Amino acid sequence: MLNSKIPAGPLDQKWTEFKGHCKLVNPANKRKLEIIIIGTGLAGASAASSLGELGYKVKAFCFQDSPRRAHSIAAQGGINAAKNYQNDGDSVFRLFYDTIKGGDYRARESNVHRLAEVSASIIDQCVAQGVPFAREYGGLLSNRSFGGTQVQRTFYAAGQTGQQLLIGAYQALERQVALGNVTMYNRHEMLDVVVIDGKARGVIVRNLVTGELERHFGHAVLLCSGGYGNVFYLSTNAMGSNVTAAWKAHKKGAHFGNPCFTQIHPTCIPVSGDHQSKLTLMSESLRNDGRIWVPKKQNDTRRPNEIPEEERDYYLERRYPAFGNLVPRDVASRAAKERCDAGYGVGSSRQAVYLDYADAIQRYGKGEVNKRNIQGATPELITQLGKEVVKEKYGNLFDMYEKITGENPYEVPMRIYPAVHYTMGGLWVDYELMTSVQGLYALGEANFSDHGANRLGASALMQGLADGYFVIPYTIGNYLADEIRVASISTDHPAFVQAEKEVADRIQQLISIKGNQTVESFHKRLGKIMWDKCGMARNEAGLKQAIDEIRQLKKEFWSDVRIPGSIKEMNPELDKANRVADFIELGELMCIDALNRKESCGGHFREESQTEEGEAMRDDANFSYVAAWEYAGEHNWNLHKEELVFEVAKPTQRSYK
Amino acid sequence: MEHYNMNLTLKVWRQKNSQDKGRFETYQVKNISSEMSFLEMFDVLNEELIREGKEPIAFDHDCREGICGMCSMYINGRPHGPWHANTTCQLHMRAYKDGDTIVVEPWRANAFPVVKDLVVDRSSFDRIVQSGGYISVNTGNAVDANAMPIEKDKADAAFAAAACIGCGACVAACKNSSAMLFLSAKVSHLALLPQGAPERKSRVLNMVAQMDREGFGACTNTGACEAVCPKEISITNIARLNLEYIGSGLVTE
Amino acid sequence: MQWSEFFTSSVGKKFVMGLTGLFLISFLVIHVGINSCIFADLFDPSENGEMFNKGAHFMGSTVVIRILEVGLFAGLILHIVQGYLLEARNRSARSVGYAVSMGNKGSKWYSRSMGLLGTLLLLFLVVHIAHFWVKARITHTLAPVTYNGVEMHDMFSEMKAVFSQGWVIPVYVLGCISLAYHLAHGFQSAFRSVGVHNNKYNKLLIGLGYAFSIIVSLLFALMPVSMYFGWVG
Repeated sequence: MLNSKIPAGPLDQKWTEFKGHCKLVNPANKRKLEIIIIGTGLAGASAASSLGELGYKVKAFCFQDSPRRAHSIAAQGGINAAKNYQNDGDSVFRLFYDTIKGGDYRARESNVHRLAEVSASIIDQCVAQGVPFAREYGGLLSNRSFGGTQVQRTFYAAGQTGQQLLIGAYQALERQVALGNVTMYNRHEMLDVVVIDGKARGVIVRNLVTGELERHFGHAVLLCSGGYGNVFYLSTNAMGSNVTAAWKAHKKGAHFGNPCFTQIHPTCIPVSGDHQSKLTLMSESLRNDGRIWVPKKQNDTRRPNEIPEEERDYYLERRYPAFGNLVPRDVASRAAKERCDAGYGVGSSRQAVYLDYADAIQRYGKGEVNKRNIQGATPELITQLGKEVVKEKYGNLFDMYEKITGENPYEVPMRIYPAVHYTMGGLWVDYELMTSVQGLYALGEANFSDHGANRLGASALMQGLADGYFVIPYTIGNYLADEIRVASISTDHPAFVQAEKEVADRIQQLISIKGNQTVESFHKRLGKIMWDKCGMARNEAGLKQAIDEIRQLKKEFWSDVRIPGSIKEMNPELDKANRVADFIELGELMCIDALNRKESCGGHFREESQTEEGEAMRDDANFSYVAAWEYAGEHNWNLHKEELVFEVAKPTQRSYK
Repeated sequence: MEHYNMNLTLKVWRQKNSQDKGRFETYQVKNISSEMSFLEMFDVLNEELIREGKEPIAFDHDCREGICGMCSMYINGRPHGPWHANTTCQLHMRAYKDGDTIVVEPWRANAFPVVKDLVVDRSSFDRIVQSGGYISVNTGNAVDANAMPIEKDKADAAFAAAACIGCGACVAACKNSSAMLFLSAKVSHLALLPQGAPERKSRVLNMVAQMDREGFGACTNTGACEAVCPKEISITNIARLNLEYIGSGLVTE
Repeated sequence: MQWSEFFTSSVGKKFVMGLTGLFLISFLVIHVGINSCIFADLFDPSENGEMFNKGAHFMGSTVVIRILEVGLFAGLILHIVQGYLLEARNRSARSVGYAVSMGNKGSKWYSRSMGLLGTLLLLFLVVHIAHFWVKARITHTLAPVTYNGVEMHDMFSEMKAVFSQGWVIPVYVLGCISLAYHLAHGFQSAFRSVGVHNNKYNKLLIGLGYAFSIIVSLLFALMPVSMYFGWVG
């Protein structure tokens, strides 16, 4: 049964206790132990470099042409840490509490507390690596605030925080490559886990340039392969982001935790047409200064600047006066959907709301006038100075918006709409980040553990780096200490041969279908089913329908997909087909999980479970558990429940009013 | 923005693999919306090719929001196309009008061999970073992040250099196929910060040596790299790199 | 680091190009300064190149300057050889070129044509050295002239003689145009190559570079032209 291996003792002592008593591997033995790492985003790169530094023999794999491309790079806003540099009342406990509450009491207390504990060290480590965080004139680090919190604990590097953190981790990784501790395999995709005697012992990967399959042995396998938001086809994820590594592990025995917990990010650039291939996020940090509104009149077709102040409905400020525009993402997203569904949407699609910087520009402009001691400033000058300040803070985001939409956000309010952004669900892991398969770990977005039913802004970067830099180096020793007597297993072992054969057969099967429909068209159809029926609002009838449709889609896929080209060459369509086939299976499980969870919590909104005011209503009596799904053959899963115990953060109805 | 549709002629470099000689193929694409991104136009073309039973065009792309650095097309004689400070994935079709002909080529440099069609191998950049583009600090060794204040101007300059996405447009644009803008961005980023000081000399020497081994050309300060850089990395970084190198090379024993 | 490693690296080579370039620029200042003395003739027709001849004599008879001259040739040869080596290496870094060239999108044509401009300059230099330097320093086949009892070469008359031939004028003008464009890029580029990276100064140097290249080349070009048309001498 599920054993989450949470250490005994008071919450704030668990991690210290664990570190004090976990097993260690001596340096000579570390050199003999091989570790495979799949994915080189923040979690993967930080784990690979840290484990390489410790002396383990690491093999790291990424499907991109360089580890620096991993999608962590696209994170914009920032990274949280309980440093309390602002003297505004922050602490480890506050960060822990905000994260648990933000996650709507569906995360594991012990993991989240550990995350808050190590958060400060992450900032220290990154600064030491040369990550150029924003600074104040005095030379010290700057902070900003993010959704769901009332303190300023977010560290940032303009709108490119993820990029800077990833490059820091990438550099540390490349240093280990140079030192010979890590071997890097670019353009390689994991297609199966090899399990021998119940323990993960290696992987089958496909070289995406030659199409050859390769077998790699490892004493342990770490999946740092990110989230599965692309199951919705349209998301803010990179085109290549996929669930395949996690899904293969799932089919080899790793339970999938809370698959239906999806984060829909409130501030994305709206869809412009059928050709759309992906959606672009506008950082949550924009909600610091921007105000969100819709017209008070339904189907108002006036241009935004023609709508007078009194005819604007700043609905977040109206509904949630305490947090205003900085309510958590799930709340902001649902509120936008509610307004658009009620007919107040803007733009040609009517599926958008305004994010307006006019007020912020005036406020900053006046501030600058004061700062520079300008007498009798004209309104034009104030506006100009205000725009300059906004440009310095958010310039790259505004530029991006203009490139995509052709509109100038300094002049007209941005149009935004929620889009799939992150998946809180993932492989179920215990306190040590080990999945239900021995020796198989999941880190970062690939696991389910820290964000419950909703992730707070600037917490994904924190979790990825916490797992890689500060958690796995300790917890993996606890497992590997017992593996020092296991010599490298030959990749000619029957389990490797068998796994490779299964992978090869499946690829052969896919390419032999030679049907009429493209992979992309299947992916789009899957995405539409998921978005319509398992998206921002879900209900029983819709989910049941979705399950049927997905099963039908799967049949159609396996009988009518057309994959051009051949196997033994670079073939992006084949790579995509492999991924979409897994997304289809995952989509089914997500709907099953959503159907099972009859409550609303965080990003999971069941229409049947809401308050009179339309807020999400949890059902702690029946659903205070992690749903860990065990694969049991096609269309078949067994549900295991990990009861969530809240010793410190007692669940209450979340309120941001 | 006013939207419109257009028909275009595309001339695209097709090359089966690194051994193949390669050639241009001409394609007609119809009803392309001005709201599409350039890569979405390629998606449309590829879907069409697959339906016709032909091989789709391979090209590198991932984040499609201008930050991962994976996309790499040389469009009508300019890396990443006509827009300033832009990546291919962020180029939108409103840059073109009905009837236009667009020629798309892969990055060209011996240090970036073509893998297939428009896909090139940029692992030489990784090897340059391996030769010294980091600060040697093992996890757990760090002091408090605020223990060392850093002049804001320097921190900002370091950030501006660190904004490099490693796409290789600088190499593609340079008549010498020089990687100096990429290299100088990394050297500047780390040289401007006090944390980078202990390895400052060895870093620049080793990284330049690796760049030379990879077969990139030397910099002749033409400025083409800066003009096409999606992240507007300044060519001033190259001059800084030169000084770092000269200062280190002349004194290191 | 070994000296050889330093000077054979791409940055080291550019350092040498920059340093020798700056050295040659400083030579141009002297050269244009002394040669401009011929324009004294414009203000005083009886002068007849006296100031210029004295200046040339000083340059030819002072030991320190003669030693520097060796350095000048060494620098020149280093600049040329290194330039060609770099050009060869840079060209070989891209075996398959583009179908559509980038052209002037992002860089000036002359900044991309330093090899060509340098080659034109080299050809010009051969002619130029044969015209004056060989006769003055090697074969001593110039007519003598005496000022205040000191006998020296009458370079001024030699200039008039050379610049009276029609074909020489376009060659010299072309040489000067090549020089102008070579300097327009070379001046500021040399400073960058030796590591000047302060934007305040870089901006200054760009302006200064353009001014320098235009003024120097124009003065040089005016010499043959004004002698051919008889404005001077």
